[in-house]
Amino acid sequence: MTERAAPPSTTSGWLARARALMLLPAISIVLALVIGAIVIFLSSPLINGWDPLLPLKAYQALAVGAFGSVNALVNTFVNATPLILAGLAVGIGFKGGLFNIGGQGQFLVGALAATTAAIGLNGAPGMVAIPLSLLAGMAGGLAWGFVPGFLKAFTGAHEVVTTIMLNFVAIQLVSFVIGGPLRGTGPEVTFDRTDAITNQLPVLIGRNGHIGLILAFLAVPLAWWLLYRSTTGFEIRTVGANPDAARYAGMHPRWLTTLTLSLCGLLAGLAGATQILGEVGYMPASYGTTVGFDAIAVALLGRAHPVGILFAALLFGAMHAGAGLMQAQAEVPVQLVGVLQAVILFFLAAELVVRRLLRVRTAGTGVGSELETISRSYGEQASR
Amino acid sequence: MRGITKRYPGVLANDAIDLEVREGEIHALLGENGAGKSTLMNILYGLAVPDAGEILIDGQPVEIASPHDAIQRGISMVHQHFMLVPVLSVADNILLGEEPMAGPIFVDRGASHRRIRELGDRFGWQIDPDKAVGSLSVGWQQRVEILKALYRNARLLVLDEPTAVLTPQETKEIFGVLRKLRAEGYAIIFISHKLYEVLEVADRITVIRRGKVVGSRLPGETNEEDLAELMVGREVELTVDRGESHPAEPMLTVANLSVKDDRGNEVVHDVSFDVRAGEIFGIAGVAGNGQDELVEAIVGLRHSAAGRVTLGGRDITHASPRQLHRLGVGFVPGDRHRFGMVLSFPLTDNLVLNDYYHAPYARGLRRDDEAIESYAIEAIEKFDIRTPSADVTAGTLSGGNQQKVVVAREFEGDLKLLVLDQPTRGLDVGSIEFIHRQAIAKRDTGIATLLVSAELDEVLEMSDRIGVMYGGRIVAVLDGRTADKEEVGLLMATGGRGSGHQPQTLEAAS
Amino acid sequence: MEALYGIPIIGLLIQFVVYFVTELPGFSSVIVAAAIPIALGSLCGFMNERSGVVNIGIEGMMLTAAFVAWWAASIAGQLVPDVDFGLLGITLPLLIGLGAAIVAAMLVSAVHAWLSISVRADQIISGTIINIFAAAITGYLNLLISQHSPPSAGTFDKWRVPHFMTDLPVIGWLFKAFLGVGPIGLITLVSVIVLQVLLYRSRWGLRTRAVGEHPKAAETVGIDVIRLRYRNVILGGVFAGLAGAYLTIEFGNSFQGDMTAGRGFIALAALIFGRWTPVGSFGAALLFTTSIGLQRSIQFATPDPPLGDVLANLPFQFYSALPYLITIIVLAGVVGRSVAPAADGQPYERESRAA
Repeated sequence: MTERAAPPSTTSGWLARARALMLLPAISIVLALVIGAIVIFLSSPLINGWDPLLPLKAYQALAVGAFGSVNALVNTFVNATPLILAGLAVGIGFKGGLFNIGGQGQFLVGALAATTAAIGLNGAPGMVAIPLSLLAGMAGGLAWGFVPGFLKAFTGAHEVVTTIMLNFVAIQLVSFVIGGPLRGTGPEVTFDRTDAITNQLPVLIGRNGHIGLILAFLAVPLAWWLLYRSTTGFEIRTVGANPDAARYAGMHPRWLTTLTLSLCGLLAGLAGATQILGEVGYMPASYGTTVGFDAIAVALLGRAHPVGILFAALLFGAMHAGAGLMQAQAEVPVQLVGVLQAVILFFLAAELVVRRLLRVRTAGTGVGSELETISRSYGEQASR
Repeated sequence: MRGITKRYPGVLANDAIDLEVREGEIHALLGENGAGKSTLMNILYGLAVPDAGEILIDGQPVEIASPHDAIQRGISMVHQHFMLVPVLSVADNILLGEEPMAGPIFVDRGASHRRIRELGDRFGWQIDPDKAVGSLSVGWQQRVEILKALYRNARLLVLDEPTAVLTPQETKEIFGVLRKLRAEGYAIIFISHKLYEVLEVADRITVIRRGKVVGSRLPGETNEEDLAELMVGREVELTVDRGESHPAEPMLTVANLSVKDDRGNEVVHDVSFDVRAGEIFGIAGVAGNGQDELVEAIVGLRHSAAGRVTLGGRDITHASPRQLHRLGVGFVPGDRHRFGMVLSFPLTDNLVLNDYYHAPYARGLRRDDEAIESYAIEAIEKFDIRTPSADVTAGTLSGGNQQKVVVAREFEGDLKLLVLDQPTRGLDVGSIEFIHRQAIAKRDTGIATLLVSAELDEVLEMSDRIGVMYGGRIVAVLDGRTADKEEVGLLMATGGRGSGHQPQTLEAAS
Repeated sequence: MEALYGIPIIGLLIQFVVYFVTELPGFSSVIVAAAIPIALGSLCGFMNERSGVVNIGIEGMMLTAAFVAWWAASIAGQLVPDVDFGLLGITLPLLIGLGAAIVAAMLVSAVHAWLSISVRADQIISGTIINIFAAAITGYLNLLISQHSPPSAGTFDKWRVPHFMTDLPVIGWLFKAFLGVGPIGLITLVSVIVLQVLLYRSRWGLRTRAVGEHPKAAETVGIDVIRLRYRNVILGGVFAGLAGAYLTIEFGNSFQGDMTAGRGFIALAALIFGRWTPVGSFGAALLFTTSIGLQRSIQFATPDPPLGDVLANLPFQFYSALPYLITIIVLAGVVGRSVAPAADGQPYERESRAA
């Protein structure tokens, strides 16, 4: 039930609090790695026969792929970039009492909008094309967040279902636009995809450390300031914690709900834009991504706090960065990362049980209490 | 019950309580809100597990681990908040858990309906078993609760604050039912904090304070003052000294106001009244007669369907809560957890819940946490809010202190009108006194006050004038100092003077 | 009666109209075949939500079951004799696959029950965990196992509806479309009707409704809320298991990653649209899948212009997106009048702390 609105005044109090907050996520991560190891070991006969050392090989490859060189480290940050932005898109939603499962669709539509703008501006100077493409991406994501926000606020359609539905609609929209009007004609186009984008995000460091990295790192303090230092953030959090009290206090819960999900969409759309403009360089018609669901894991692990989301995104970014090497060297499929994520979430959700089993005594700052409004009012009418 | 002890984090709810109830006896359990009466009864009914102590029935120690055990032993309970499922029918509610079966799977509806009709006939109640409970009036819901208990062949009946939501006439009728049951040999535990009721109906009275039994009395050998002192632990003035009031010109004028509820039914019809500066105007009525919607329409939380509301001559019919707050309207909502505060926020945020957006608490989009903090510390001091600091979350405070937070916020500033909706519901005597004194002090500075309460006693004690609400209309306006309790009660129950009969059929009552 | 809300009737009515416009009986069969996994998913949600537990993990439960059904049947096909029961293509390996799928989905449901009921974690988060886990673990294992390319165990057969039924005037095609399904499809039809009757007529139904609406009231009359919720949630897994098995050993005969493609979520929408009743959600499922049939029928028999030109020229992605769009529109337009069980999504705490 603790609201981290004001930082505690003394440094030691702050440290103790940070430790209390991080203890359970840390335990969850360790337990997840143990269970992941068991999964790898049990599935080793399918790979190269029983091999008790396979988990170690896999984790070693994972670590080398994530931290083993400057390029690996940069790759970790690059992988974390969309997770930070999309993680904030989920986390801010949580603070506003909304469960945004639509990060996926918002990401895709943001990517599509940025691609459309960038292809249209192929040939224009980068100083013009890049900001405009990023803005287009944000606008696309915003639109995909506005729709479920508006529907939730004014018709009561629960955002959990509508955002998921919009994810599937986004897939079809991308397939239609990229397979049709935007299909490339260049020599490299052998399947449904666009031509290469000429104005890509400048690389600052390593092989692929593009400028989107900086955008993501800037978004964290901005989100924190918005949530905890601004009146709008106070309104968002009040609506999330108690929409009736918000109405009583003269706020406008309906518009705030719409605003919150639009903002979430904007962030996820920016994630999609940076990913296409900075990392991929073109857009395929069947752009596969799990960023929307990874972002939920990030936001929960980071306890919906911007700084927590930053660290959680870096962790998952590292896993994604290392997964390729893990599959190449240890032949353990990259999907293991998803298994690890789910197990981490499982232990976080089962916080009370983990606490009891391990006799952990820290303040109850659990995921559950942060998010107590989520499954309430499910399928109900919008409040007046 | 012997030596019952129950500890909750930070509270000793029951401390070695002994209680004995005989067959054919109405035993009253008297105590303040939070004294531990409900905890004790939840233990008896298997809803809570005691840390120590034992329960004996017919001299035999028994273990009651669940309501199922309690029902098996002939204990039934009528809860303060009715334990009825609104969407289910009267019959389904009554037989739930003890369903007569036709075969292994299906419920035998014919048999259950006959049984329920027979039970109703014992009290002259004509029951329609197929009616949804949610559509019944409060009084009828309570009858369903009592039938539920009798259907289970209870021998010991526990009624937790059964009169809290009833009119004086309905209360009389319930007392009649209790006496009839006593004559039939039932044992009855009657929980209340209303002294005169206890004196009227009980055979024996046990008083509980802060989890301990502090005394036992026979009604013949005690009086209200004695019981009040036992209950609160010090001498109490039973009535507030409301002093003289000096009403001036009308401040709030409500003219021909009609309001619809969430389902679109008009529940306030053509209501007109005014509240003058320097007076308290009380609205009495059984819960659910349109008071909630009326208040919500006045404070801007609900659109009115027709009519006009003015404040000091200015039209505020469609004003938003924020506009009203700026105009000097303070509002203490009836459901403080739903409207009045955000339990997961610190006191600082709760104290500026409707002023957070302007100077000195904010500059543009930026909140000024220091200004908020210093204001909060000042308010905590001024309103005697018992809290370790201004940064603890509101949910950790007691009900009385939570209400003081709301009062501190709403009684501040340049006020013209105060709307107090159930301002003391569920509070202890100390907090009630505090809030009543604050309200009267505000009245004396020339503020118009609209008081809405389901506690008729509170309305009678506080108001200069009383409007009685029935079926969405104000059916009478009486002088608060001369109004007769019986008369107001009758108006609350029937809406009209003189029509003395009690509605006896389901159709008439709902 | 709460059940007769017209939604199933609307669903049927659309079938009639479409049938007489297109005159393609196969069209209705396509719709019914596509509706069955969604209806089964709704039944799973029904069992959960009527007793007060929100389940958005239906998708993950179905995916797990689809995976387990396929591989268990495949492995059983190599280990046990291929006994054919001579009825609806039921063979021993397929039965083993079906059984394994049901057990797997019940196990996943048990985890959901434990998190939602005992741990009192947020129920939507619990469902999300199940979805993430199911997608990841089935993807992981499928990649590994498919390298060894085990053979398929085949599928159940559809029932050949007797001619005296299909030849009936006006309604004969209905029998053909609805009854011309495999064993899992037939189980679905029976379950929908049986559960509808049980909900309103049986002791279990009465108690379930009470627990979903007002668990405290149910507890005070001696009903064990926790146990009833556990039982209903775990039994709900049976239907998710059937739904998954349907996808890999009755409707199709292969497994691909994420092959449920949102059916679990559409099932949830169908449940809401069908007002938390079995018959209602089956009707809603038919409504949602009509667009799938629509696309096919336009492919094979384009209606006359100008309507035909418009329909034929719409991109196929539009038809693919249609069920999702309909779901959104339905939620926005109808849910206002559809009221969830009052205690849906709220964990129940047995010992009240209110003194």
